[in-house]
Parts: sequence; structure tokens; C-alpha cells
Amino acid sequence: MNNKSSGFLSWFMDPKRRGPMLIAPAIIVLLLVNIIPLMWSFGLSFFKYRANTLKLPKFSWFYSYEKVLTKDNIWESLQTTAIIVAGSVGLQMILGFLLALLFASQFPLRKILLMFVLAPMMLSNVAVAIYFKLFYEPEFGLLSQFVQTYITGEMYVLLSTPAGALIGVIVADAWQWTPFVMLLVLAGLVSVPKHLYEAAEIDRMSWWRKFTTITFPYVRSLLLLAVLFRTIETVKIFDLVFILTNGGPGTATETIGVLVYRTAFQFFRTSNSAAMGYILLFAVIVLTSLYLYVIKQRESEEI
Amino acid sequence: MKKKAIGHAGWLWTGLASIVAFIYFFPVLFIILTAFRSRMDTLATPPKWIFTPTFENFYHIFFRAMANSTEYVSTGFHVYFFNSIYISGMSVLLALLIGTLAAYGFSRHPLRGNDTYLFIILTTRMLPPIIVIVPIFLIFRITGLAGTYTGIILMYTAFNLPFSIWMMKSFFDELNTEIEDASRMDGASERSVFFGICIPQVKAGLAATSVFALILTWNEFLFSLLLTNKLTRTMPPAMARTIGGEINVDYGLLAAMICLFIIPIFLITYLLQNQLLRGVTFGTIKK
Repeated sequence: MNNKSSGFLSWFMDPKRRGPMLIAPAIIVLLLVNIIPLMWSFGLSFFKYRANTLKLPKFSWFYSYEKVLTKDNIWESLQTTAIIVAGSVGLQMILGFLLALLFASQFPLRKILLMFVLAPMMLSNVAVAIYFKLFYEPEFGLLSQFVQTYITGEMYVLLSTPAGALIGVIVADAWQWTPFVMLLVLAGLVSVPKHLYEAAEIDRMSWWRKFTTITFPYVRSLLLLAVLFRTIETVKIFDLVFILTNGGPGTATETIGVLVYRTAFQFFRTSNSAAMGYILLFAVIVLTSLYLYVIKQRESEEI
Repeated sequence: MKKKAIGHAGWLWTGLASIVAFIYFFPVLFIILTAFRSRMDTLATPPKWIFTPTFENFYHIFFRAMANSTEYVSTGFHVYFFNSIYISGMSVLLALLIGTLAAYGFSRHPLRGNDTYLFIILTTRMLPPIIVIVPIFLIFRITGLAGTYTGIILMYTAFNLPFSIWMMKSFFDELNTEIEDASRMDGASERSVFFGICIPQVKAGLAATSVFALILTWNEFLFSLLLTNKLTRTMPPAMARTIGGEINVDYGLLAAMICLFIIPIFLITYLLQNQLLRGVTFGTIKK
């Protein structure tokens, strides 16, 4: 830079500082809107504070954590979240894999049909939740009408029993996100070099052996990434549950996200919710680093 | 180019795939049909498959009939619609501007601890929004940002930023740096390398990033629910409020609202098919 006259400008434009200067605006925004609030809530979790009163926060060491961890509802909601994650991610894996196998070859109209299958994951969670609410609706809902006409002859209310509500949430979430798994598996299937299959053909390998020795190794890392990514996202599940069942019946579908929301904005136990949030954050950080680790592994394998 | 194992299958396979796609897509199809049914047809049991389509549901999104008159009043939905467009547009623009610069920095001028920064940035995207929202809610209340456009746009800018950075970085990483180095040898300034050589090569990437960020913001629910008021509310919480009452829910109306959401998203899914994988994994997986 030839701008030597102005001290600040030359400091600013110094090639040594080019990297930091380019990322500075981004860091400032993230610091303001993400990092500082995070620290604030970390601080809050050590105080006794309720956002709906004018009482000043009182320092109380690990009181909120103790309170949160000794109450049953957090363990219950962790269990509920675990059931939803296991059910939904499991279902997504199986259906996603099958759909990917279907779309892994070239056939007429493939691109258009693929669009129909991929569309759900681009939808708003709110739209999916409202749709499934309609779908499960006892009087006019398609599910109830189907059961009424062909099976029992009575109205069917899925969301009124704890197990039914869980299944309802799992099916809605799995339906929305199966395309995501499919997309990842498809990327793996398409990347298998053709000559491997040709060699297998010569060796007269069985279909199953071809699958386990050729196809699966190419898909494995992507499958693992899909599991991790979907687990991270499903642990946080909120919108869908909030609109579809609002945690009910009772607390049967109260996931950790819904519990934190209720604690913070319905009961105004602000510091308790911050403590709960940190337990959730810890889980997500562990999962995210695992995710990036697998990505690094995969990239170094390819080179 | 290595030969890939994508086999060719004929029309028979198309038939099979169409059946599966139809079953998978059926829920959405049913919604679209419901949106075009009249109120009487919506409540029919068993569902009517053949009916005369009507646009009354779409009309009722924006205008509602008064209880005992034929007059129509505005439901205020056009405001939410405008808010959604304005807020997501502005925040995506800002995030893209700041994010592209940062992505270029991370890609071309790596810092010490580059990966740590990138990890922290990705974590801010992965972390449950519910944790940040409690203090943000308090801060916004104190600073008076709650319910303002500035507040929610700032929030969404930060929400889109990690995504934009990772996404744009993955596009910058793919470019061949030899061209850049060659033009630097010829005496081009850093600025003209960035604007004249790098940006034109990632135009498609910029388009994909902005569209994905737009969809993510357009669909976002929690921040808007807690940080906007009646005047700045966006579509998702407005839609969710419509079903709040449980009794007398007008399903045709809801279906019409969802339709307004679905149709643009179809076009986008179709146009972005090649970038979809990168988009949904925040640029962490390229192929």
C-alpha cells in the first residue's frame, strides 16, 4: 500500500493484518450477539435471578445447578429427548438409505422426482408442525379418517396418549429430515468408482458381498456424519414439539428445548434455565467437535 | 475424470421411483389440495378428491369476514409477509457482506489458530438458540431493541453469519490460487484480486449461500416469537398463532398459508439441486 501519509490507514492496511482485518467485522458481530450473551447466561447460572421481578440477582454458587439436577423433570425431559432422537434419527437412517438406493441410478425424470422427495427439508418447521397437526386431527385428519373407515370405525386421537404423542413427533421429524440423510448417502453412492463393480462382476461376488466390501465403505463416513448432524439438530428440537403437542399430554413430549423455554419464559426461573441451557450446550459442543473430527478424517482419506 | 458407478435404469425404475416419491410427497399434496377446497369441502368425511377449486382461502389470509356482516377487514397478514421479506432480506445481505470478507480471510490469509476460530464460529451456529435467547431477551429489553427491526435484523445477521462464512469458505477453498498469484505478479492490488478475480468465480456460490440463508431466516421461529411485536412479527410465529385457539381452526386457511410457503421453496429446491448437499451441511461437506 502506498498510503504512507496517514498513520491509521497504513496500520489498517498493513499486509500483516490483512487476515485479522478481514475477519474482524464477523468476529465483532458474533461477539456481540452470541458470545457475550452466552457468557452473560453463564454468569446468570451462578446467581439467583427471576426476570419477572425487580429483585437484584444474588450470587449463589452452584445453587441453580444443584436445584436443576436434583429435580426429576430434567432427567425426564432428557429421557424424552433421547427417545425422540433415537427414534427419529434411526428412522431417518433406514428410510434415507433406502431412498438413496432408489435414486442412485440414472433414469428418466430423475431430477424432477428427486425434487419432490427433497422438498420437505426445505420447509419451515412451523409449516411441518401445522401440517402434521392437521394430519393427526381427530375429526377431519387423514389419519383418523383412515382408521375410522378401514379399521376400528371410531375416531382415532393419536396425540392424546404419551406413546402416541411421541410417535407423532418422531414421524413428523423423520418425514421432514429423511431427505437430508438421503442426500448424504446419495453423495456416497455416486462416488464409488465404477471399475470396482466391474471387478466384482468378474469375481462373481454376491450382491451382499458387493454391498459390504464396495458400497458400504464409501458411504460409511457420510452415514456417520449424517447421524451426528441429525443428532445435534434433533437434541435441540423445539419448534415442532412446541406447536404440535406443546410438550403434552402432561410432560410426555417435553424435550429439553421445550423445558428450557418453559422454565425461562413461563415460570421465569431465569437462572435455572441458564443452568439447564449449559447442560444442553455441553452435549452439543461434544457432538460438534466429533462431527468436525470425522470431516477431517474423511478429507485426509481422500487426499 | 474417473467413471462413477451411477448405473442407467429405464422407465421401469422411473415408475417405481414415482410411486415412492408420490407416497413421500402425499402429505404436501394433500395440503395443497386443502388450500384450494371451499370450507364445506374441507370438512367433508371421507375427504373429497374431486371438487371445484377456489381461491377463497388465499383471500382470507389477508382479509377476514366480520362476525355478522359481509364486510371484510384486513387480518394484518400483509404486514407479516412484508416483515418476513424485509427482515430476512436485510439480514441475509448484511451476513453475506461480512461473511464473504471473513471467509476470504480464513481461506487466503489463515491466522494462527484458524481452525479454532472456525470451530467456535460453527459452534455458535450449532448451539441451541434457546441458550442465547434468554440473555438476548434481557439485553434487548434493557436497550429497547425488543420489537424493533434493528434488533431482529441484528439477531438474524448473527444467525446467518456462521453459515455464510463456512459456506463461502468452502467455495473460496475450491478456487485455483494460481490465477490469483499470477495477477499479483502482474502488479494487481489485493483489492482488485478480490473483486476482479475471486468474486466473479464464486458468483454461483454467493447465489446459493444467499438463497439458503434466506430460507433459514424465512423459516426461523423462536427468535421471531420472542423478539418481535405485533408490528415487526414475521410469518412463522404469525402462522403458529393462528392455530393457538384449538377450537374452530380454519384448516383451509392454514393450508393456504403453508402453500404460500411451499411454492417458492419448490422452485428453489429444483434450481439449487447441485448445491443442496453443501447448503444443508453448512458448507462442511462438499461432495
